[in-house]
Formats: sequence, structure tokens, C-alpha cells
Amino acid sequence: MSLSHLELLEAESVHIMREVAATSSNPVMLYSVGKDSAVMLRLALKAFAPGKLPFPVLHVDTTWKFKEMIAFRDKMVEDNDLNLLVHINAEGVKKGIGPFSHGSAVHTDIMKTVGLKQALDKYSFDAAFGGARRDEEKSRAKERIFSFRSAQHRWNPKNQRPELWNIYNSRINKGESVRVFPLSNWTELDIWQYIHLENIPIVPLYFAANRPVVERDGQLIMVDDNRMPIHADEKIMEKMVRFRTLGCYPLTGAVESEADTLEGIIAEMLLARTSERQGRVIDKDADGSMEQKKQEGYF
Amino acid sequence: MSHRSGIIENDISAYLNAQAEKSFLRFITCGSVDDGKSTLIGRLLYDSKMIFEDQLAALENESKKHGTQGQNIDFALLVDGLAAEREQGITIDVAYRFFTTDKRKFIVADTPGHEQYTRNMATGASTADLAVLMIDARKGILTQTKRHSFIVSLLGIKNIVLAINKLDLVDFNQEIFEQINQEYREFASELGFDEIVSIPISALAGDNILENSENTPWYSGPTLMEHLETVEISSEQNDFFFRLPVQWVNRPNHEFRGFSGNISSGSVSVGDEIIALPSLRTSIVKSIIGTKGKKNSAETGEAITLCLVDEIDISRGDVIANVNDRPEVTDQFQAHIIWMHDDDMLPGRPYLFKTTNKTIEGVITELKYKVNVNSLEHESSKILKLNEVGLVNINLGEPIGFDAFNNNKVLGSFIIIDKFTNNTVACGMINFGLRRASNIHWQAVDVNKESRAKQKHQKPKVLWFTGLSGSGKSTIANLVEKKLHAMGNHTYLLDGDNVRHGLNKDLGFTDVDRVENIRRIGEVAHLMVDSGLIVLTAFISPFRAERQMVRKMMGDGEFIEIFVDTPLEVCEQRDIKGLYKKARAGQLKNFTGIDSSYEVPQIAEIHVNTVDNSANEVAEFIIGKLMA
Repeated sequence: MSLSHLELLEAESVHIMREVAATSSNPVMLYSVGKDSAVMLRLALKAFAPGKLPFPVLHVDTTWKFKEMIAFRDKMVEDNDLNLLVHINAEGVKKGIGPFSHGSAVHTDIMKTVGLKQALDKYSFDAAFGGARRDEEKSRAKERIFSFRSAQHRWNPKNQRPELWNIYNSRINKGESVRVFPLSNWTELDIWQYIHLENIPIVPLYFAANRPVVERDGQLIMVDDNRMPIHADEKIMEKMVRFRTLGCYPLTGAVESEADTLEGIIAEMLLARTSERQGRVIDKDADGSMEQKKQEGYF
Repeated sequence: MSHRSGIIENDISAYLNAQAEKSFLRFITCGSVDDGKSTLIGRLLYDSKMIFEDQLAALENESKKHGTQGQNIDFALLVDGLAAEREQGITIDVAYRFFTTDKRKFIVADTPGHEQYTRNMATGASTADLAVLMIDARKGILTQTKRHSFIVSLLGIKNIVLAINKLDLVDFNQEIFEQINQEYREFASELGFDEIVSIPISALAGDNILENSENTPWYSGPTLMEHLETVEISSEQNDFFFRLPVQWVNRPNHEFRGFSGNISSGSVSVGDEIIALPSLRTSIVKSIIGTKGKKNSAETGEAITLCLVDEIDISRGDVIANVNDRPEVTDQFQAHIIWMHDDDMLPGRPYLFKTTNKTIEGVITELKYKVNVNSLEHESSKILKLNEVGLVNINLGEPIGFDAFNNNKVLGSFIIIDKFTNNTVACGMINFGLRRASNIHWQAVDVNKESRAKQKHQKPKVLWFTGLSGSGKSTIANLVEKKLHAMGNHTYLLDGDNVRHGLNKDLGFTDVDRVENIRRIGEVAHLMVDSGLIVLTAFISPFRAERQMVRKMMGDGEFIEIFVDTPLEVCEQRDIKGLYKKARAGQLKNFTGIDSSYEVPQIAEIHVNTVDNSANEVAEFIIGKLMA
């Protein structure tokens, strides 16, 4: 009997993680607290069991994450005995950068992309795992599993290293790094199926509940704290909503939903007619904007 | 996916269980530019309802902007994900797309057709089980069709779908279909495919993609989707003997020591007798940890951690195998390689070879021939250029356990990495091991380097002068030798005059010959150092890789690299031998600094400046450094 597709994906991801641990001198796993990170973390724990993770996990905190995400993160760290590093772009905080005052593009660039680059430089990480999947977006569909970055953290999509079989080239010169995507070949459905099969804990925000939201530019934005300015024509409403992806709360649109179980979420996803990234404000700035951001160092 | 909504709404658990059991097929689409590869994938995604509304809206938008289909949707834009691709309307790099039907999950790699992006096509093919080869019915079989077929066969794909496309543009003419089918089978007969299935289609209009087309009543075979959903991929790997390339040694504490990796072939059970390669030590499997914890046996593809009864020494790079059928162990083998970089492959140059779990330095000792990828004819050549395929002999710095690529893709494949840029420059498939080296044994001698050096009261070494033509290497080396000689040392100076006219008079100035030139000089210098001499060499030696190779031949501290750093303008101004003038006039080819590169040393022990100092001052400076 041969392996099912989920077993094959799982084996591939484990192989990738062990390869990085064996060939990089200072790897780190980016942990964004979302569902993909949850799967990536579970796979890493399996790859090195009964040992502990041979690398730290890094959370680049933009200071605008949902409160529930931070609480969930801390619980995962405790339950799994993880070595968590949290990095916040102190300069950005000092300048008061935020999504409401500076807009989504500036906020994401300074607090997320620049923050990430700061953290990678600070600890001199030479390999960083990210939970991105090729089915998410067109330029991601083109990216290698081991994706080379220059010393300036830039991606050159026109000249990627060939990547043959499962033989990965992680060699770099000083200052350069690789971003490694162990979930490259997983789809959104695979992620949810695996969470279901393995009973993996996820942030409660994925489940529908009554939450205070405001309708803004066609998106339902949750009022997660009192930093959110409420415009005169806006009204805070209690709605049964959930989130398909998680990021900074002001930049993540909620969907109205009754799905408060995992099965309910999956059923809703299967029947959905829009992709998960639709709830992300950042992707819509310009045609090919993800490719641009990735070239600049975004994950 | 809406056609399944009934099941999903009614019983999500049953649906999920059925999903979890689905099989998996990875395939590529390849073929000539404009044969409709991207269109086909767009069609498959669209017809299997894998495109969401927001993506469709974006697609309609872009079709109007960049599309080639007028007001209609241009499916190719779905897969051409890079800005440069959409602008130029070509596929540069492989894109991976995902779709699922009730029977199977698919990953499809859309690969570029242009010859200059062959390496990206090979990247996509290396992880595929099946290739859909697209042919434009109006054009028939093109050289690109042949090239892709050859690459696909080299990379071990056994199942081919010949998708004869754009049949609507030839009035669904059966004769045209049959003619192409016949011609292709004749061409492919020597490529070793297990199965070729030809299907008449129109990717744009959807004929024979999901449903049988009314336009081809003469065709009774499966539609493309039917075939993809049901094709059985020969899984010989599973029947092969057990192999576990050790990727990671898991040692969390003193009680536990496990060997982690993915099983590349066969299966293993607790109690099996195994052998470790290359050490040839044997033991018994004590326990197996899979991704769901302890288990009694594991099969091909699984990621496991193996614990053994005995404490034997096994590390990353070793292979654990069935004791009754073990891989070969060798440091020399013959292989096909596909060269993937703008820098030519040069025999004799040291490269890094990465197998599934080990990185070793080695050289390509011989290029037997290159294959004309368009005609499949063998041609003799000294080098391989970008996208060329060759049959080569390889000599590694240490032995590895391997299987022929035909038997085991994982243990028979490798990539080649440039030591300095770290680029992946080639991929290779092992044919068989060579055993010549094992018969040549070193003659043990009683009088050795140490005793000879002692007699001469000196520490033997090589002073390796490198720099541009006219930089002053020979002049300075000559002065240094004089000074060393005067101090009572036994020296010998190797330079262009006494080497190019004798030992190396058969060599010219191409990159290949330059590599061989330095290799021979390195070997001679090595023998002289062994005889106890202080050797001075004065050669341009433009390439880092070869200087590094000679450095490795010598013992620790015996190789002193001296970079005579004179800028090109100064050398050209001096032009003592009038060579620069000739080179500039085009009378001298491959002249370093003009039309051949000089790679500046990064780790030279001594760095000298001839612009601000006289030759004698520089020579004194070097002596001072040597005495320090």
C-alpha cells in the first residue's frame, strides 16, 4: 500500500525541516500564530521527536495583532517547551507607525517586513522557515522550497537556483540566507484536513463567535482594542463572525459565519467562492504586489 | 467544487475521510512555446472549479490588460505568476498549481518551453510522476518536443501523455492526429518510456479535457482528466530493497540515539538486520518512530527515526540498507549530467556534489560525450555549456553508498554546486560505479618529506604568485628566489618559460586548458615540495577554483598564496611583452583581463602592491613575511 497524499505531504515537510537543521548553522522558524504556523509547528515537533526543536521560533510582533493571538502564542510556547523570540521594530514604535495613522502599506512594510529583516540580522539567522504555500498566490506558486536571499534579504525571481528532486541547496556565503517553505505543496484544504486529522489546536478567532465589528471599505473589521478610531458614520455591531486568515486586526476582514466547529469551518471553506487572501488588505494595493513585497524581503 | 456541495453539507466527516484516502499524482506540462501548456492548466483549474470568484475577477481584469485572447479570458495569465512573465507573455520559471477531483489530488508543474529556461523545466520534471507533452497539431513534432522528451526521460519519468492540441484549428482531422502519434512513437522508442497515451484535445475550447468531444467521434480513448485520474504509476521503488539515507542523528539525551530520514525504497520492520554504508557495520532494528509515534514497520516514502540494537557509528550522509541487498560503495562513477549555469563545466575543476544527504568535493574527470538534445546524437566536446547534457566520469573526495538512478531515484541522483558562488550548476543521474582507483595503491617509502626537509634544514612550501599578465609576478618571484638562495635555501622557480615550452606545450589558453595547466603545475609543485624544496610559481592562475585545488594538494601551511595586485591599467601601460596591444587588436584570444576573467584572491596569505613599491621592496616585504 502506498501513502495517502497527506502522509506524503507530511513526510516531505519533515524531510525539509531535518535537512535545514542538519545543514544550516543558525536556523529559526517564523511563527505567525495562524493555522499554517500551527501545522508547521506540529510537523517540526514530529520531525525531531523525542528531542526538542533544535531551533528557536520567532514571532515578529507588529503590536497590532489580535489579543487572542498573543495569548494563544504564549500558551503554545508553554505547552511545547519552545524557545520563543519576539521581535518588535522599536524604531517603528517610537515613530508611532500604525495601520490607522500610516495606512496598511507603510505599516506592513515598517512593522512586518523591516521588523523581520531587523530580527534576522540581529540574530544572524542563516535559514528561516516560513509557512507560505504555493496555492496562496501567483508569485508564491513560482517560488522554490529553499529560496535564496541576498545579504539585503532580496529575492530575485528571475534567477532562482534550480531545485531538483528533494536535494536542496542551502549553501550560502556570509550575510546571505535562505527562506525555507516546508508547506509549499500543501493547499488550504490540506491544512484544514490535517488540523482535523491531527486535532491541532488553533486560535479561537478561526471559529465563529459574537464579536464587535465595524463595516469599513466593504470589510468587517473587528474592534479588538480602543486604539481603533470609529468614524462618525460607523457603528460598532455585534455580529457572528470568524476569520479565514489572521494578521494585524485592522487589516484582517472577518466573514459572517455560523461555523463554530472545525467541521463547520471546513464545510464553509469547501463551499466558498472567494480565496482566503481576499480578507487581506495588503494584497490588493497593486497588480503583482506580493511579488514586489517578496522581493523587498516580505515572507 | 459546487457539485459536491450536497455531500459537504450533509456529512462533512464522511467527506473528510474520503478526502484523506485520496491518491496523489504529480505531473508536468511541457512542450514547445505557444503549444498551450499554460492554457491547458488554466482550463483544468477552471473546469475543476479551483478558481475562486476574486481570482476570476482579477483574471478577467488582467486578460483585458495583458491577455492574448481579446475579450475572452486568457487562462495562461493564471499560471504565469511573475510580473516579467505577464509582460512578456512567456513562461520563465516553473509554477506549481493544485487541483483535486473526487478521485485524486494533483500537483501540476507548468514548465517553460524556451530553451534558455531548460533548467527550470528540469526542476519541474524532477518531482513529477508523469509528463503531459503538448503538441500543436498544426506544427507537429518540433525540436523542443524532442528536447523535452529527452530531458523528461533522463529524469526518470516513465509515463507520457501526448496531448495533441489545437485540433479545432485543423478541423479535428484524424489523419493529422494519427500521423503525429505515429511519428512521436518512432522518435520516443529509444527513450525508455513505459507508456505513451495520445489524446486529441483543444485546451482552449475544452475538447476531450473533461468530457468526450463530439468533434472527435473517431477517438474512443479516455479524456485527459479520465486518464490523469486513473493512470497507475509504476511504483518499482516499493519493491526494491530497504534504503534509508541518514539525514539527521537524533540524540536528545544519553538514552536515545536514532537515525532519521525518509525511506527511499523498500520497507523495514523491527528485528530486521541492517547494514550501514560506507562503514559496512551491521546491526538489528530495535525500534521505529514514525510521524504518529512508535510502529512495527514502515514503507517507502515515510519519514522515520530508526533505533538500533548496537551502538554503531552512523552519521549524516551514511545509508542504512537491507543487509542482503546493499547499495554499491564507490568514489568514482559514470553519470549523465544536465549543465544549468552560464559558467561552462570544466573537467578537472573542483565542484561540490550534493547527494540526497551528503555534500562532498569532487571533480568531473572526463566528459565522454555530449548529447545533442535535439537529435539525440553524441558529439565530442571538452566542455558543457548552459542546458547541455553530457555523459561524464566523476571522482569524489570520499566514497558514498549509491544505487543506479534507474533503480532508485533518491540514491542515484545528485546536484553539482559551485564552490564559490554556491549556485546549483548541474544535476546528475548515476549510471554505474567505476572501480579503477581501488587498484592503484600508494607505494610506501622509507625516505619521506620530513627526512628530506630535515637534510635541507628548511620547511618545504609553495610560494604561489598570482596576478595579471605584466603585474610583475616573474620579476618579483625571481628576486625572492635569489634572496632565499643566498640565505642557503634549496629552491626552484616554475614559470611560463620552463613549463609552457615543455611539460604543458600541448595546452592553449582556453578555460579548459587553463584549468589543466594549473593542475599539472600543482602536481609538479606537490612532488617538489615532497622532495623538500621551496617552490616558487609565477602564473596568472586566474581562477579561484584551481588555486584552491592546488592549496588542497599541499599540507597545512605549505601553500602561500601571494597576490601581486597590479591594476589592469598599470599592467596594460607597462605591456612589456606587447601582449595587451595584440589582445586589444583582437590578435590574441582569451587574454586575461581583456576577454577572459581574473578572479581576485580572497584569502591570499600575502598581498603586495607594485604601484607604490619597487620590485626589490616588494621582494624584501615577502621575505620579511616568510621569516615572521
